[in-house]
Amino acid sequence: MNKTAHDGKIFAGLIAFGILGPLLFPDYTLQIALMWLMILMASTWDIMGGQAGYNSLGNIFFFGIGMYVSAIAQIGMVYDVAAYTSAFGAIVVEFTDTQYFTGLVLGIILAGIGASALSILFGVTVFGLRGPYFAIGTLGVALAAGELISGWGYVGGGGGISMPVYPGEAGASSKTFYALFFVLAISALGVIRWLLGTQFGLALNAIRDDEDKAEAMGIHTLRYKLIGWSIAAFFMGMAGAIFGNMIGFIEPLEVAFPTTTFGIFMVAMALLGGKGTLWGPVLGAILFHVVKELTWTYLLGWQWVALGLIIVVNIVYFQQGLLGWARDKWPEAFGLKVDTDAGAAAREAAE
Amino acid sequence: MNAATANGGNIIEVHGVSKSYGGVQANTDISINVPYGKITGLIGPNGSGKTTLFNSIVGYHPIDEGSIQFEGREISKLRVPQIARLGMLRTFQQTRIYSKMSCMDNMQISVSQRNRPMTDMFKARDKGAIVERAEQLLEFVGLYQKRLLISGDLSFGQQKLLEFAMALMNEPKVLLLDEPTAGINPTLINGLIDRLKRANEEFGVTLFVIEHNMRVIMNLAEQISCLAHGEMLATGTPDELQNDQRVIDAYLGAH
Ligand SMILES: Nc1ncnc2c1ncn2[C@@H]1O[C@H](COP(=O)(O)OP(=O)(O)OP(=O)(O)O)[C@@H](O)[C@H]1O
Ligand SMILES: [Mg+2]
Repeated sequence: MNKTAHDGKIFAGLIAFGILGPLLFPDYTLQIALMWLMILMASTWDIMGGQAGYNSLGNIFFFGIGMYVSAIAQIGMVYDVAAYTSAFGAIVVEFTDTQYFTGLVLGIILAGIGASALSILFGVTVFGLRGPYFAIGTLGVALAAGELISGWGYVGGGGGISMPVYPGEAGASSKTFYALFFVLAISALGVIRWLLGTQFGLALNAIRDDEDKAEAMGIHTLRYKLIGWSIAAFFMGMAGAIFGNMIGFIEPLEVAFPTTTFGIFMVAMALLGGKGTLWGPVLGAILFHVVKELTWTYLLGWQWVALGLIIVVNIVYFQQGLLGWARDKWPEAFGLKVDTDAGAAAREAAE
Repeated sequence: MNAATANGGNIIEVHGVSKSYGGVQANTDISINVPYGKITGLIGPNGSGKTTLFNSIVGYHPIDEGSIQFEGREISKLRVPQIARLGMLRTFQQTRIYSKMSCMDNMQISVSQRNRPMTDMFKARDKGAIVERAEQLLEFVGLYQKRLLISGDLSFGQQKLLEFAMALMNEPKVLLLDEPTAGINPTLINGLIDRLKRANEEFGVTLFVIEHNMRVIMNLAEQISCLAHGEMLATGTPDELQNDQRVIDAYLGAH
């Protein structure tokens, strides 16, 4: 099967599910919205983690930054942010519909831009690190951000911020935020697929396989890494903005910079599905999310054990993930060629 | 060619370069010229400092002393990718390729980065002149049949050929080859010598070659320099070196 046709079918399937899912199962709109968020997290993490071999543990940083950028933008548009936050929700600001939706759109866009800009700023420093040092360095950035914002009174510190209240009747907000997550996730997948079909995608893979070689061939490795990271940050920032508005209340440690939950999940999901592939992180995110929701419902108390078990089995028994494992088993189905003349290579190797 | 005559006809000029690793003095006061358009050889016993000199030239590490010029321009303070983009490339003694990518992908990403507009990075892969060139060069090194295979699955010798083809894809002005025949099936060595000569003649790439195999280097290079214990022992034509007592002693003494 031709790769474009193959990817097209999967896109069509995802879009169909995205539209029909909440219509057929309206009670699960929130769960499906979160599934798109999981797909966003795993797939954008994979741009650097899977394709370029830079395993960040701190991409949640962009999520939190986006959340706070949007909060400041949306509130700041109509009110003084410091006064708003210091009142701890005592001030109820009335947003008109136009103000609310203009603010929401603007907030989401600024969140993407802000997260992207910061990713470049930090990227210049952390991309000097490799392997485990990079992982720990990025984790440090995310942890520090949570702590710093906890101490920053202007945005309410550890007390958090109440986001502007969604206007209109109660059920409408979940549809809006669902649509935003759905469109953002499909857009991110579209951008990633396009990116992997360019020279840029090849450069990320070259950096993953042998960065010193890539440098020796004159490739602007830092430039590629920064652009790759800033694209991931752009989507994560916007996702954070949508999530903050959907939840309605944001605070730094549990909601904006949850390094030990979402921050780790995004890595676990990409690994589960198969990192370094377009659809692996999507598959991993869907599976992980379903298991997570099921265990939360039916195995309460054991849910962390179940998730931990998945991660351990994944890491110990099939590190290449589900898609990676399938690709090793049926390479032809993935468009890979295997040597039909392996004998010659073996003979030569034996010399 | 203007550039060729501008710098006394040398594309690389190394003057008084020294380099030590902690206590080990790997290169002492080395001077060597690599003339435009020719094939120049570098020989010397194991540990005599050949790879160290290559590393110094391509900016892999800072040198302790001396100067290195490429086309008349001082490059000893530049970094590896900058020097590569000027048109000076090296292959590695321990072959280095992108082992999880197919041969064609290895070739495509090896395209020259010199004067390349940034927007080129978003050009579609697997299309156009790049693919054609990649296929020609894989054909040239005899790997066309293997072009869709994952490069890490190739034999060591084939990986070496791939690395050579990748270097040519980059359209360098000068290519530094660190032991191109080491580990290659002896029956294939003559073919490789032939390809090195053709790369030099047909593609106009100046070659600077480290080689252990005496027969190979005598066959290939017009001018050869010999290192011993990190110092420049002698420079001359293959005939001169073969009959130079110091060179003979260095090799005999080392083996
Ligand atoms: N990274 C390093 N750190 C410390 N010492 C090094 C390093 N690289 C090389 N050396 C030492 O420098 C000296 C020269 O090494 P070099 O690799 O340049 O030799 P060579 O002529 O390329 O040898 P060979 O023919 O074995 O490849 C040797 O004594 C070696 O042990
Ligand atoms: Mg060496």
